[in-house]
Formats: sequence, C-alpha cells, structure tokens
Amino acid sequence: MNEHVPASAVKAEPRNLLLSAALLLAPLVLLAAAIWWLVATDPLSAFRNGAPPVESLTVERTVLDNGGLRVLVRAGGSEPMRIAQVQVDAAYWEFVQSPPGPIARGSTAWIAIPFPWVVGEGHSVTFVTNTGATFDHPIPVAVATPVPTSGNLVAQAILGAFVGILPVVVGLAFYPALRNAGPRVMDFLLALTIGLLGFLLVDTLEDAFEFAGAAAAIFQGPTMVLLTAAASFLLLMAVARRGGAPTGVALAFYIALGIGLHNLGEGLAIGAAFAAGAAGLGTFLVIGFTLHNITEGIGIAAPILKVRPPLRVFALLALLAGGPAVIGMWLGSLAYAPHWSALALSIGAGAVLQVIVEVVALLARGEHGRARLASPAVLAGLAAGVTFMYATAMLVKI
Amino acid sequence: MRRWLPFEIGRRGFLGAGLLAAAAAAASGRSASGQPAGHSGHGNMAPSPDGAAVPAHRLAHGAMITVGDVDDARNGFDPTAMLTDWELGEVSTLPDGRRLRTFEVFVEDKEIEIAPGVMFPAWTYNGRVPGPALRAVEGESLRIVFRNYGSHPHSMHFHGIHSARMDGIPGAGLIGPGEEFVYEFDAKPFGCHLYHCHALPLARHIHKGMYGLFVVDPDPALHPDMADVARSRLLGTPENARWQEMAMVMNAFDTTFDGENEFYACNTIAHCYAKKPIRVEKHRPVRIYLANVTEFDPINSFHLHANFFDYFDQGTTLTPTLKTVDLIIQCQAQRGILEFSFADHEAGLYMFHAHQSEFTELGWMGMFDVVEAVS
Repeated sequence: MNEHVPASAVKAEPRNLLLSAALLLAPLVLLAAAIWWLVATDPLSAFRNGAPPVESLTVERTVLDNGGLRVLVRAGGSEPMRIAQVQVDAAYWEFVQSPPGPIARGSTAWIAIPFPWVVGEGHSVTFVTNTGATFDHPIPVAVATPVPTSGNLVAQAILGAFVGILPVVVGLAFYPALRNAGPRVMDFLLALTIGLLGFLLVDTLEDAFEFAGAAAAIFQGPTMVLLTAAASFLLLMAVARRGGAPTGVALAFYIALGIGLHNLGEGLAIGAAFAAGAAGLGTFLVIGFTLHNITEGIGIAAPILKVRPPLRVFALLALLAGGPAVIGMWLGSLAYAPHWSALALSIGAGAVLQVIVEVVALLARGEHGRARLASPAVLAGLAAGVTFMYATAMLVKI
Repeated sequence: MRRWLPFEIGRRGFLGAGLLAAAAAAASGRSASGQPAGHSGHGNMAPSPDGAAVPAHRLAHGAMITVGDVDDARNGFDPTAMLTDWELGEVSTLPDGRRLRTFEVFVEDKEIEIAPGVMFPAWTYNGRVPGPALRAVEGESLRIVFRNYGSHPHSMHFHGIHSARMDGIPGAGLIGPGEEFVYEFDAKPFGCHLYHCHALPLARHIHKGMYGLFVVDPDPALHPDMADVARSRLLGTPENARWQEMAMVMNAFDTTFDGENEFYACNTIAHCYAKKPIRVEKHRPVRIYLANVTEFDPINSFHLHANFFDYFDQGTTLTPTLKTVDLIIQCQAQRGILEFSFADHEAGLYMFHAHQSEFTELGWMGMFDVVEAVS
C-alpha cells in the first residue's frame, strides 16, 4: 500500500521544482536588492569624509632594453587609478602607458619610459598619480633584461642542468653502492630523505612567502601560498593513494616530482635574480648548489634500492627532479610577476609535504613500525639529512 | 635561496660576473645603434612619431619632461597671462590729497592642477597660485580688504613697513573662516616684496599656495638723482613701457605631504614655460620680479642661459646689488629684480631654470623665445 504513489504527488513535482528554483533565487534576489539600494540611496555618503581614494600600485615586471625601461604595474586602489607623471631618478620623463587611461582595480598596464639607464648602476622609478600620491620602484642594479634568444636559453639550460640535473644524477649514482644495504642502512637513508625533504619544505615555503610579499595585495599572498600548498598536497595524496600507499618506483617518482617542483622554484629565483641584475653567478656558487642538491638524488634512490628498475627509469627520475630547474630559470629570467613564482613554489611545497608523509608512512609500515621511527638509525638519518642540507646551504646563501 | 631574490640583494654579484650574465649582456648589446656589446646602448630612444611636428622646446630636453598639458581654464589661471597680470586695485584720492589704493583679496580652498593630470588641494588667494601680484606706488596709502572664504584661519602678512596691528600674525589680522579684515598701511619701501599667510603651522599654509608678489614702484619725485631709473620702474610711464616686465614666483608642491616636494615650478605649473616659451622681443629689455616661496628646501635659484643680468636684491635700490651675473640664489621669501637684454643676441630659444638640477628636472625650467619683434 505504501508503495503506491498518489497521482497528485506526481503532478506536484514540476511545482516543487519551480518552488526550489524560487527558493534558490530568493537569496540572490535579496543580495541584488541590497546592492541596488546601496547604489541608489547611497547610505554610505556619511562616510565620505573628503579623504582621497586609497591607492596601491605594485610593480610586477621590469624590463630594461635599448628602448629604455618598461614596467608592468598592477593597480589595487579603491577606485581606478590614473598615473599622471613618472619620475626616474627624481626627474620627470615622458612615458607611454598601454592601455592608456585609468587602471581599474586588479588590472595591469605597461609603462614605457625612454630613459637612458646606465648598466650596473641603480635607478629609481616613481609613479605620481592624479592625486599626487607617489609609488617608488627601485631598480637596484640595472642590466639588460635577458631576452629568450637561443644563446641565452642554452646558457641558462647549462646552468640549470648544473644546479638541478647533475646533483640528482650524482646522487642516483650512489645506487649501485647502496643496493646491498642492510635494513639499518635502509632506515638511515629513508630518514635522510625525510630530513632533506623537511629542509626543502621550509626553504620552499619561505621563498614562496617572500615572493608573495612582493605580489599585489589583491592576490593575498600568504593565504594564496598556504591554500595552494594544501591543495597541491591533498591532490597529490589523493592521486598517489588511489592504489594504496606508494612504494618502490612509484614513491621514487613522487619524491622526484616534489623535488622537481622545488627545483622549479629554485630556477625561478635564480632567473629572477638575473633579470634583476642581482647575480653575477660565480663558479663557486654553482658548485655550492650542486653539492647542496646531491642528497636529492640519494633520497630518490632510497625507495628503489630493493627494486632494481631499468636504467631508463633512472634517467626519467633525474629529468623529473632536475629538469624543472632549467624551465624555472628560463621563466624566471623573463622577469615574470612575483605571484606566479609564489604559486609555483607553493605547489612545490605541497608536493614536498606529500612525499614526506609517504616516506614516513613507508618507514612506519611493518611490524615494529612505531619503534622503527624512533630507532637510532632513523634519528641519525633525520639529523644527517637536515644538517647536510643546512651546511651546504651555507655555500649558496649570500 | 632567498638571497637570490630581486628585492634583497646588494649591489653587484658575488665572485664576478658569471656565464649567464655575460651571455645576457652580449645578447642585449646587439643594439641597432651599433653600440659595443656589454654596454647597454641607447640610440635615439624617443623618436618622434612625426618628425616634422616636434615642437622646438622638445629639442632642448628630449623626453625628460612631464607628459601632457594642464587645463588652464579649469584652474582659472594661465601661467603665461600671470606673468604680466598685475593687480593694481582701485585708486582714489584721500581728503588730504594722498592717493589711496584699495585691493580686494579673498581666500578660497581650490583643487588646482599643478602638473598635467596631477591635482593638488590648494588654499588660494583670489583662486590662483601664486596669489594676485599686487602692485602699488611708493608713498600711497593702501587698503587691502581681506575676506576668508576658506576652511581654515588665514591672514596676509606683508613684507613691508607697517604697524604691529597690521602684521597678519595671530592676533593682528589673522581671521577665521567667513571673517573679514582690512589691512591699512603705506606702500614702502619701494621694491620687490611678497605677502603670505602667517597662520600656523606656517609651512603648511605657505606650501598650500598662500603667497604672492607685492611690488612697490619707486616714486620718481622722491629720487631726483635717479629719476629716470625710477620712472623706468614705475608702471604706466613711457620709460616703463619699453620694458618687458614679468612676475615670477618660484614655488613647489609636496603632493604626498611628507616634507619633500614632488613638483617644482616657476608660477606653479611644472614645465609651463618649457612647453609654452615666453615670447621676448629682443630689442626691448627684460625685467623680472622674482620671489622664492619654495617650502622644505632652504634655497632656490635662477639661472639664465647664454646671458647675464643685473640683480637688485629685494628691489629696494635703484642701482644693482649684483652686476653681471647669470645665477642668483634666494632663500625662502627672498626676492629681487632681474634686468637683462637680448638686444645683441640671435633670435632663438634661451633656457632659464633653477640651477639645482633636481628642481630643474622636477619641473622648474622654462624658455625665452627671443624674437625680432612680437607681431
């Protein structure tokens, strides 16, 4: 009897649909009405105290070439902003803005100034808006912004390979020597990997926050970094755990991916330093980076010591972990906006966190998992990983 | 890593230039103008889109100038007109036979455009910055009817000889919004003087635009030894008509209110006489009544290109206090008269500017367009 559906209920269905549509629309209508009321009656006029609009201008890219200076600015004011005049080194210069006119909140415009900049010296650009507010943009050391010519790209690729790929290859080359490692050495190596990844996580986040600080306020830098890192972590966890916790080659792949994303950020930073004229990169510094990154290769090798994959897997792992340094250097040297760098680094941070979790999970697996985590081999490995990274980082911090 | 970032770096690199820096420099050194590699070459970086239409002044300073033009009509004053726009007031005769000259001055809060596209919330006398250039004759009795339509207390403090009651300081002619005061004193000594608001804080009131020239012409009858010179200074005489007289006030604007000026100018508008050079007939002598009211910088200066002038500090003498100079400096509120001639020069554009390069490059520069005869 209960299974019998009354005819009236069937008929009522379209009406229910209409009703739910109306109910769904009601809050939106309320919002629209409130906005209409706000615009139409202007109850906020009491707050209009004659103060000028809040203005904010962020410089995202600076390009120096034979035509002078070109600067990409992003407006973040409470109202569209007008750049009325531009000073370079406390002198007014003609400039061309494209697109011309007021710059809406969140929008960008290029400012081209035919300024005869001096290579190797500092300059300062000041934007004066129509309200007389000024925004300073220092150029600490003026050098021509690298242009993507084949010569430049090759030079950057070589440098990227030294900083990213070579150390991973060297680290992976320890594989044959470590292949016969006993369980203690295995634990030590896996813990070493966790230690180095922990260092990378902190380093990557720090860099991400630094870039985020230079980005326009509209991007809410720190929030963006944390949310992106969390999203990247969760996404990678979800993908990696589809077929259970990753081990062996799969785990090595994820470690390589995390390290690769970190190296992308490293490349971005080095490239950006070139674009800003900051880096006269010495040989010593390149060697420092290479040493610093060698443990990355050992970390990637650790989960596959008992697996013996074919040689091409090693090649792919090295490319995945080190190659992004080259790409990062290319992108970074073109002086892209800081929020892109922050975004890339946050994704890297999430990926690094994911592999930390997976390697810890690998260690904790088995009968004495918990006890194993606190074993002398593991603790020594953690300490060795962090210490090695910290000590070799001293070579590259200026 | 973070030491690599563009915002924390010291100058230059670490251990010399590396492979990439060299590659980048080499790549960018391939300039069209053929400058050597490794040295960023700049060719003619600001080519005019239409070579024929380059204004003459453009040749003089290239691209180093403000962009655009100021809307003089919206401002309600035109810097070119202001050069010769003397405020003479109303003249009448007192019962004792002396001449009485009455000026009317009001205060108005007004947003003015001080450089193309840059607005400044000014306090003005008679709606202009600098205020009206008041001009009287030595010995006249003066009445300045002063009305404050502004939002703050203001005054007119004259540099001249007057009683304490007429000094324009708090308690002596400083009036609140909506009030009126009449300053009364005699026009003396002759010279090139100024007036300004003496309400507190002083720097803010002056910097917001409350100043103007106050010129007292010498009465030739009182200077029989140099009657001719005195007559040439007395506006309205045939001797004076030969001269091309100009009122110039060197001022500056701190649009961010941080105690440093963003714009410098002569008569308020940055680069106004660079973009519209002042026409000067070469056979007639030039006399400039010049005052410095620049706030925040202790001195300002005036330099004339390709020529020298005689200078009468504060204008209170009929013989020059400095002869044959091409540069004078004035501290705040200092002023004087410059006399020079282009009679022996070729026609052409002659620059004048502050000789503090910073002031020049931030707007205080102009040109005389010396012509055979103004048609």
